Amino acid sequence: MCLGVPAKVLEASDGAAVVELGGVRREISVMLIDDVSVGEWVIVHAGFAIEKLSEEEAEQTLALFREIAESDEIH
Amino acid sequence: MKYIDDFRDPATAKALVARIRRDAGDHPVRLMEVCGTHTVAIARAGIRPLLSGAVTMLSGPGCPVCVTPDGYIDAAIALGRERGTLLASFGDMLRVPGKSSSLEKERGTALEVRVVYSPLDAVTLAAATPDREVVFLGVGFETTAPAIGGAIRTAAQRGVRNFSVLSSVRTIPEAMGVLAADPEVRIEGFLCPAHVSVVIGTDAYRPVAQRYGIPCVVAGFEPLDILLGISMLLRQKKEGVARVENEYSRVATATGNRKAQDLIRDVFVPCDTGWRGIGVIPGSGLRIADPYASFDAEKKFGNPVVFAPEGSACRCGDVLKGKILPVACPLFGKACVPEEPYGPCMVSSEGSCAAYYKYGP
Amino acid sequence: MHDKILLSHGEGGKRTRDLIAKVIARFFDNPVLSPFFDAGLLGRIDGEIAFTTDGYVVTPPFFPGGDIGRLAVCGTVNDLAVCGAKAVAISCGLILEEGLPMDTLERALAAMRDAAKEAGVTIACGDTKVVERGKGDGIFITTAGVGVSVDGWRPSPSAIRPGDRILLTGTMGDHQVAVLIARKNLAIEAPVLSDVAPLSGLLLPLLPRFAGKVRFMRDPTRGGVGVTLNEMASAANARFVLDEARLPVRESVRGVCEILGFDPLYLANEGKAVLIVAGDTAEAVVAALREHPYGRETAIIGEVQEGGSGVRMNTLAGGVRAVDYPVGDQLPRIC
Repeated sequence: MCLGVPAKVLEASDGAAVVELGGVRREISVMLIDDVSVGEWVIVHAGFAIEKLSEEEAEQTLALFREIAESDEIH
Repeated sequence: MKYIDDFRDPATAKALVARIRRDAGDHPVRLMEVCGTHTVAIARAGIRPLLSGAVTMLSGPGCPVCVTPDGYIDAAIALGRERGTLLASFGDMLRVPGKSSSLEKERGTALEVRVVYSPLDAVTLAAATPDREVVFLGVGFETTAPAIGGAIRTAAQRGVRNFSVLSSVRTIPEAMGVLAADPEVRIEGFLCPAHVSVVIGTDAYRPVAQRYGIPCVVAGFEPLDILLGISMLLRQKKEGVARVENEYSRVATATGNRKAQDLIRDVFVPCDTGWRGIGVIPGSGLRIADPYASFDAEKKFGNPVVFAPEGSACRCGDVLKGKILPVACPLFGKACVPEEPYGPCMVSSEGSCAAYYKYGP
Repeated sequence: MHDKILLSHGEGGKRTRDLIAKVIARFFDNPVLSPFFDAGLLGRIDGEIAFTTDGYVVTPPFFPGGDIGRLAVCGTVNDLAVCGAKAVAISCGLILEEGLPMDTLERALAAMRDAAKEAGVTIACGDTKVVERGKGDGIFITTAGVGVSVDGWRPSPSAIRPGDRILLTGTMGDHQVAVLIARKNLAIEAPVLSDVAPLSGLLLPLLPRFAGKVRFMRDPTRGGVGVTLNEMASAANARFVLDEARLPVRESVRGVCEILGFDPLYLANEGKAVLIVAGDTAEAVVAALREHPYGRETAIIGEVQEGGSGVRMNTLAGGVRAVDYPVGDQLPRIC
């Protein structure tokens, strides 16, 4: 019920933005989030950005994955 | 692709599965993935067999298509057929069976339905066809509610009077409460939906965790998110605690998206609503608020959606509650197959039965 | 000549003769067709004959990377090629909707001419009908194709055995995504081109070169690789196992699939082939295919295994899932 994909903002104007995922572009509504800027990442669902993606938090999750993968090699 | 491929790494998946198996007890832990998107993601990644013996994944009712009553489909068909309205819908709804037919079957002869990706596309469609009424089939949970609300507000602002929504919006936490309280279901942990949580905030699950002592982990939809989420649930169980944890921290926060919540509160009002296969769950629905009544298709056309509990051999309700696995339904794979589905669990792209049938080895 | 098709163009009278002489003949100019007899005389043909038929109703008729005309020729050529036959002659049945811009017809005919030239096949005969406005979708093309078997090769699903490899000659889903984007109702922009191409030059040389090693071939059109593999596994009563990590998909096609919730395994292709090849020769066949412009991204996507039938896939997550027939077309979903 919540198919949402991470996409990068290429253009932003009042209420709308153009985002890109794997070379695919679409215009979406940003009425549900505050002040989005070019280069930021958002989650897109049904033609709307429903939230921004925190690259910092994403890095932390990925670091945790790396840790888990490494510690598994020890077992 | 960034933020997608990183979360599908096979070596990390292997390590997470090993971690889950190490934490497993001597009987499989019963975890429920509430959200239909999780059901499909788990099935497509082939995760269930990987965890057999350690974890039993129960598929919950978080499939908005599955829980939409057949009365809704009938109301939509009536609107399209009798009034000549142009229906606009997400693709998910097209094959859902009503009492005797579906939108797909009626299409072309009796009515016109356009598949759209966004509710805003339906508003655009209405603006482009001013001499026809356009009704958007607004089905979804809290992830989609702001989008549907946003479309209604946009139509109001632009004065698109020939647009309305036949609303079928439901909310998740109340349904989780019903399941947590049901002694037959015996859930030991909830894998909570990623994008519903992005909107409502992970704190929304604290009452369920506290009242019923069931660990809750919000997890993303990629395979590594799901495996880590499951691992976190098992660890809580081992520790004997019941907290709300957030694996999907890159997007979901404790308080959620305030702007989206404000929009929902503006356009919708909570109500009691029926869930196909489960029955009426108090406060689990969102109906369109009176200030936006002219965009409410039920009020505009006087076509109320009738909810009638089913009485048939179909055990969708028990499947949706995680009481049984799809294979235990007497119709599964026999009278009920994807090409001729009896109940919505088989027709919805993310229904438990469809996922079992299509992906289960 | 009129700038659009009229009902009278299909009535068999002067307007029809004009359409044939002044439009169609300009594009299709070969000794078999030019007399415009009631049949094309192909003369004596040596060898085993293969025969196929197809209908083309794609909307819109022009899309990035191709069009209905190219599709009609390539589709027919490819049906013959995967059965080991070189296409010799094609028929061209046109069903035109009243009001179709003449320019659209001319572009489609030009595309057919060019594709026929590339594939080395003659457009030997044809027919033109016009239907009333509203009774057709602009332009429909039906074809029949006659081909000659190369080297006496026949598709042999019964020869498929465990250890054989499953080959795919390139990326999945390009055609269907290109058409979807051309329909413009999903408001998505993506640099995806249809892969529509004639594959006789790619596939037929393999048959004498790797005699006895190529068991079975099909082109994965409607329903994609997923459906085609199920059909092949069924015909062979064999177990196919795919490797998710090895499925070739363009990034832009993946992007569209992620947004709309599509599975690339079930998206149509019009310039690809699936081959089942003996295990000991698979790598050599891959190398041979990659030498050809239409086979540069050939990959081994799985293998035939013991035990049962049907199609399975080893997932990136390390699990396994079934790859079954889909029900109907994929539709953009929110769930």
